Amino acid sequence: MKRWDAIVIGAGHNGLTNAAYLQKAGLDVLVVEKNDYIGGAAVSREMVDGWQYSSCSYVCSMMRQAIHRDLDLSRHGLMLVPYLGTIAYGLNGEVLISYHDEDANHNELKRFSPHDADAMHRFEADMGRYSQFIRKTLMRTPPDPVNLKIRDIKELIFLGKQMWNLGEREIYEYIRFFTMSAAEYLDDYFENSLVKASMATPGIIGTALGVESPGSAYILLHHVMGDVDGNIGAWGLARGGMGAISHAIGSAFQSFGGEVRTEAGVQQIRVRNGKASGVVLENGDELEADIVVSNLDARRTFTHIMDPNDLPPGIVEKAKNYKIRGSSGKVNIALSGLPKFINVPDNRYVNRGGQAFIGDMETLERAYDCWKRGRWSDDPFIESVIPSAWDPTVAPPGCHWMSNFIQYCPPKLADGPWTPDKRDAFGKTVVDKLERHAPGFKDLIVHMEVRTPHEIENEIGLTEGNIFQGELTIDQLLFNRPFPGYGQYRMPVKNLYMSGSSTHPGGGVSATCGANAAREILMDLKRPNTVPEDDCYDE
Amino acid sequence: MERFDTLVIGAGHNGLTCASLLAKAGQRVLLLEADDHVGGLAGAHEFHAGYRAPTAHSVDHFAQPVAAALDLEKHGLRWRPAPPLVGLGDGGAPRIIRDGALEGATAADSAAWPAFRARLNTFARALEPYWLKTIPRIAKAPLPELAIFGRMGWSLRKMGKADLREFLRQFALPTRDLVDEHFEDEVLKALISWDGLIGSRMAPRSPNNAVLMMLYRMAGRSVESPANLIAALEGAAQAAGVTVRTGTRVSELKLEATEHGYHAAGVVLEDGEAIATDRVVSSADPKTTFLDLVGARHLEIGFTNRINRLRCNGLVAKLHLALDGLPSFTGLERPEGRMILAPTLDSIEFAFDGSKYGECPETPVLEVTVPSLDDPSLAPDGGHVLSAHVMFVPHERRDGWDDAARAELLERSLAVLESNAPGLRQKIVAQELLTPADIEARHGVTGGHWHHTEFALDQMLMMRPSYEAAQYRTPIDGLWLCGAGTHPAGDLTGAAGHNAAREILK
Repeated sequence: MKRWDAIVIGAGHNGLTNAAYLQKAGLDVLVVEKNDYIGGAAVSREMVDGWQYSSCSYVCSMMRQAIHRDLDLSRHGLMLVPYLGTIAYGLNGEVLISYHDEDANHNELKRFSPHDADAMHRFEADMGRYSQFIRKTLMRTPPDPVNLKIRDIKELIFLGKQMWNLGEREIYEYIRFFTMSAAEYLDDYFENSLVKASMATPGIIGTALGVESPGSAYILLHHVMGDVDGNIGAWGLARGGMGAISHAIGSAFQSFGGEVRTEAGVQQIRVRNGKASGVVLENGDELEADIVVSNLDARRTFTHIMDPNDLPPGIVEKAKNYKIRGSSGKVNIALSGLPKFINVPDNRYVNRGGQAFIGDMETLERAYDCWKRGRWSDDPFIESVIPSAWDPTVAPPGCHWMSNFIQYCPPKLADGPWTPDKRDAFGKTVVDKLERHAPGFKDLIVHMEVRTPHEIENEIGLTEGNIFQGELTIDQLLFNRPFPGYGQYRMPVKNLYMSGSSTHPGGGVSATCGANAAREILMDLKRPNTVPEDDCYDE
Repeated sequence: MERFDTLVIGAGHNGLTCASLLAKAGQRVLLLEADDHVGGLAGAHEFHAGYRAPTAHSVDHFAQPVAAALDLEKHGLRWRPAPPLVGLGDGGAPRIIRDGALEGATAADSAAWPAFRARLNTFARALEPYWLKTIPRIAKAPLPELAIFGRMGWSLRKMGKADLREFLRQFALPTRDLVDEHFEDEVLKALISWDGLIGSRMAPRSPNNAVLMMLYRMAGRSVESPANLIAALEGAAQAAGVTVRTGTRVSELKLEATEHGYHAAGVVLEDGEAIATDRVVSSADPKTTFLDLVGARHLEIGFTNRINRLRCNGLVAKLHLALDGLPSFTGLERPEGRMILAPTLDSIEFAFDGSKYGECPETPVLEVTVPSLDDPSLAPDGGHVLSAHVMFVPHERRDGWDDAARAELLERSLAVLESNAPGLRQKIVAQELLTPADIEARHGVTGGHWHHTEFALDQMLMMRPSYEAAQYRTPIDGLWLCGAGTHPAGDLTGAAGHNAAREILK
């Protein structure tokens, strides 16, 4: 019977990245995937003839360029195209367009508030500096502040130096940014509610927090620290849909000689003599390996596919307490033409960018209040993009598809579990809001796919459909992610590792978790490291 | 006229503490108070003929070293065991936390309680000494002062690896997540969360700042009553030779230009009288001190911005009821301790939600005491005073505050009280409701905030109120802070006044 060097459970982009780096180091690696396609939540799927939906994640920004280049993903077919702008829709038909061009942006903001137009320079400069610091931590393993082995002390000194170099005032500003609410933080810069809201939305996407919740300012940064082709803070699309990312990484993995097995869901991780020794598949097959890497979220790994008797006491409890909350929904719509939005000029900035259907700060926070009560808001926040406007490969000629991400959508409803009727009612709420901004929108709809946390969990296996594999709050960041004492990718059973977004630095299609985990595994195997250093130090 | 070494503005408990410590060290100190009595928020006022109530209705964690430094016991301070914390609201038997033990809880919760309590206690004991320390500026202080961070780390490390790991996770948890991990009963969960939330802009789902507040409130000891504390502090001030002038409102600071900026040379009173001095110590909140008394024109713009952006809006209204008899709460023999009327975590969360939009809660959550049980002088014979903190009430109501809005909030609060204490309405002789805006007007506290400014990770330690003023000295030479807007925070602890005095005397 074949014995693999490593088996990676789950062919999400992090699992594939992890596998690619292990295989590149000479290991014999198998990736097992329960679905009949790879990519996890970074997928392109044909749900209706001729249309390719990025069913789950829909934009790309946090993918580390170092990995992109190192795995030569462009050669494997990945092409990222940056947004040219974004449109924020306010109350009463207000429309705020943000342009990459500074002058154009300043002029647009002036229509709303001259004060805010000026403040935007300060805000962007501050964000840029803050993200520089975080970016330096992304492709590094967090230090363990309790064990304090030599490597931990070295890492703490590294981080301490980075902090120290910021200077006193800046350190305090960072602490503010890390701990405050997005709303209070933005109050320091802006006065107009739509301007604030358009800046605040990244702070709530994917999280069970509101713009008024302390800690949401950091998540705002989590979304502005990425780049597209070195364009910091930019957002972009993958040509062919988000599946192009997974496919490129998968192709790189296979080019190193790795093997992917789909429709191979794992029933259990096998543990022998206190060591992970393989997996049992749902079809009963047993596969042996020296190392097992789970790319599933921390809750699912320890409560679904492990025998509690194989785990040290307390781990199952930690997994149950791990905060992985469903808060988002997704509505993918195939359109027979490009919708025409009220008060939006018809130009390429508009067509080649994101759209945020907001309202104002209160609309956002009230939507969160609804989530707390187990409902969805009548006026939810929708972040949309129409990829077909500049990627002809994803829809038939003349047709379009629109990705709509909705915050918030509760994992459980106050009046009982999700049903197909309730799911459709949720979809109708979203379409009604879009129709208000683009009369005639409904007539363009060819096909629609509505995904609540329930659907996302069932299809992809993300607990509660949480897009980050766990909330990004201080208690679950850095060395606390996923649990205190297990922040360095090694799990409580020997030879078992985790590579998913439940580990540092968290979700966002960045490929860093998988790469970091590979580096740690190779260190344990005393193999040469194949994972590149990040390239953000010379900024 | 006698010349004083130091003027202290505000005779709240921090002002009294600081003034007395300075006077004990030999300074001639003048303490100025705008109100006609000392005590600030802890002082009682008459709200109906014969009925008095203090705005702060209990003293639950006064710092013992401060009491020792001022010989407060000699001046009549009486310690007492912490009053029971009583969870009501669902009509069932009350859940009571008394002397650290749990009564009336389910079997599972009772089993989980000792370990939970012990761990929080470990955290609280490790942090306790540092509430009474000055936290230095991280980049500017000399190395010996910075060593405090090392000592703090060591104090935490001494708890043991497991506790340290949990501390680094739990300190930032929302109270809801903290209690959900251990308990099943909603009344109990709300009860345990309470001390992390009250007085702050925090609801059970709010991360980052609530658990630290719980731990802060687990330091120190309970005192018999606010009146007892203030009387002891007043006695100590007299014994130390502090000159106290009540009914004296300071309208501005007198500043002298120096080579390096400005020097505080005295104060000007509301009636125009000027008092010269070497040093001014303000126990007023940072916004009042810097923006009103000093004036932004005398400050560097970056500093002014940092003071301006302090979050100072309070969310606690105060309800006083004059009663003609002892109220009777369902399930309780005597209305003792602090009774929390919050039947679920959601009841607190939902009461909070409206305040974000400037709305008053439909169903407020309340902390109720009957202070006349401990201090009979607050009410005439046979009568009692009911004192309640009502949450969450916006400082700036969306449609403004007027009598109708107050009446509506009063009615909603009484409805909650009546459902927990049937027959209460018949006992009411008179009532008074103070919104945060009223508390601001009455006590001169910006926003009516308990802690003068939010106790939050970005506004604590060496960042409270801003790094240039966090070691109690300020950018104005000769001007010092000693109020709740400095480290550690508010509540009746004496810590800020004590810490400021130590720095001044250095």
